[in-house]
Amino acid sequence: MIGIVDYGAGNLKSVRKAFAFLGFESAVLESPAGLSGADRLVLPGVGSFGFAMDRLRESGLAEALDRWLRSGRPLLGICLGMQLLTEGSEESPGVPGFGVFGGTCRRYRAGRVPQIGWNSLSPRRPDPLLTGVEDGANFYFANSFYPGPEAGADTLAVSDYHGEFPAVLGRGNIRGTQFHPEKSGRSGLRLLQNWVESC
Amino acid sequence: MLAVRVIPCLDVDDGVVVKGTRFKDLRTSGDPAELARLYDAQGADELCFLDIGATPASRATMVSIVEKVSDQVFVPLSVGGGIRSEEDMRRLLNAGADKVSVCSAAIRDPDLLARGARIFGSQCIVLSIDAKRSGGSWRAWTGGGREDSGLDAVDWAVRGAKLGAGEILLNSIDRDGTKEGYDIDLVRAVSDRVSIPVIASGGAGTPEQILDVIREGRADAVLLASLFHEKKLTVREIKSGLAEKGVPVRW
Repeated sequence: MIGIVDYGAGNLKSVRKAFAFLGFESAVLESPAGLSGADRLVLPGVGSFGFAMDRLRESGLAEALDRWLRSGRPLLGICLGMQLLTEGSEESPGVPGFGVFGGTCRRYRAGRVPQIGWNSLSPRRPDPLLTGVEDGANFYFANSFYPGPEAGADTLAVSDYHGEFPAVLGRGNIRGTQFHPEKSGRSGLRLLQNWVESC
Repeated sequence: MLAVRVIPCLDVDDGVVVKGTRFKDLRTSGDPAELARLYDAQGADELCFLDIGATPASRATMVSIVEKVSDQVFVPLSVGGGIRSEEDMRRLLNAGADKVSVCSAAIRDPDLLARGARIFGSQCIVLSIDAKRSGGSWRAWTGGGREDSGLDAVDWAVRGAKLGAGEILLNSIDRDGTKEGYDIDLVRAVSDRVSIPVIASGGAGTPEQILDVIREGRADAVLLASLFHEKKLTVREIKSGLAEKGVPVRW
């Protein structure tokens, strides 16, 4: 069963509906106890980095997620959920992230911020998550901050917004997308299906 | 590279899609869920729903339309019309909306933009401005184009962005439904003053006019209603035309 971590900020409905459309069962998990029933987790996220981390800590979910991440079980972070997997963010200085991926998130320095809309993806490393996703396929982005280049070899794909930035990160069974696969039409649904079936 | 978005807009009155001219003379155009699926299949980058019925029944109907559409359509859904509080926002987001747009309520209660952004994130909060020319500038109108708020539309956009709006949906009342072309001066005036994305709305009649508002108006996205509802052009035809001129679009 796919567990979708709910810390009171994210809009979880879209993620659930995308999985339902693909025929996968998911459940919303609001407390650490719920995590034990899941075999894979989605960490969604909208709102600010600091607000999300505070809520995760208050509910005890942060600790449970830390254990989950260390145990090597599958997790997909979406948008802010992916940024939470880095070491921190300019958005909320001094608030540590989960530190799975190196570096801190920074604000887009050029162009309109937030970046809102469809941007093309260029794979950097082969990964089951991106199987069948064409080079240059478009995905829907909606954010003001992005993970820095320190993610290095964990960068599975990049996009360009007045400069290249990591758009998909991966290490072990952990994946993160800067975009919203659940809102990215056919390409996004394909990516979610890939994740459930092979990551 | 970020694509320019082509967004069909569905004005919904108690469950029926309608479209008028300059916010008046409404005509019926079809079923919202059916049209949403059609435009999604044509490659719409986003769908915009606007509840123009002012009744509680119409509001409730909009929630169930959003529920239904988001079961089948996996592109961003933006929903507006009559949103007055964080609770109204939450109800629509829980139904499957990805963004909420506020117009009159934000003029009455500007802090609503800040509160919404704090809870749901700026990318979720769209400030919709119904602008009408008044001499050499534009005023923001409220109540579906019924009342002049006295606010300068461009200044209001700047203030809204500061308060936390993540996008400006800029509707020209003068051009709405006329097919005379977007009000490029209006779009450009706002685009030059804010750093958040601007969606141009009102007046699309030809592919050339759409290109003009992107190039000269610096619009990040274009909203269309009449051309699509009257089946004069498809989303795909518009995107092909833009791509031929070198505008990045999503396929």
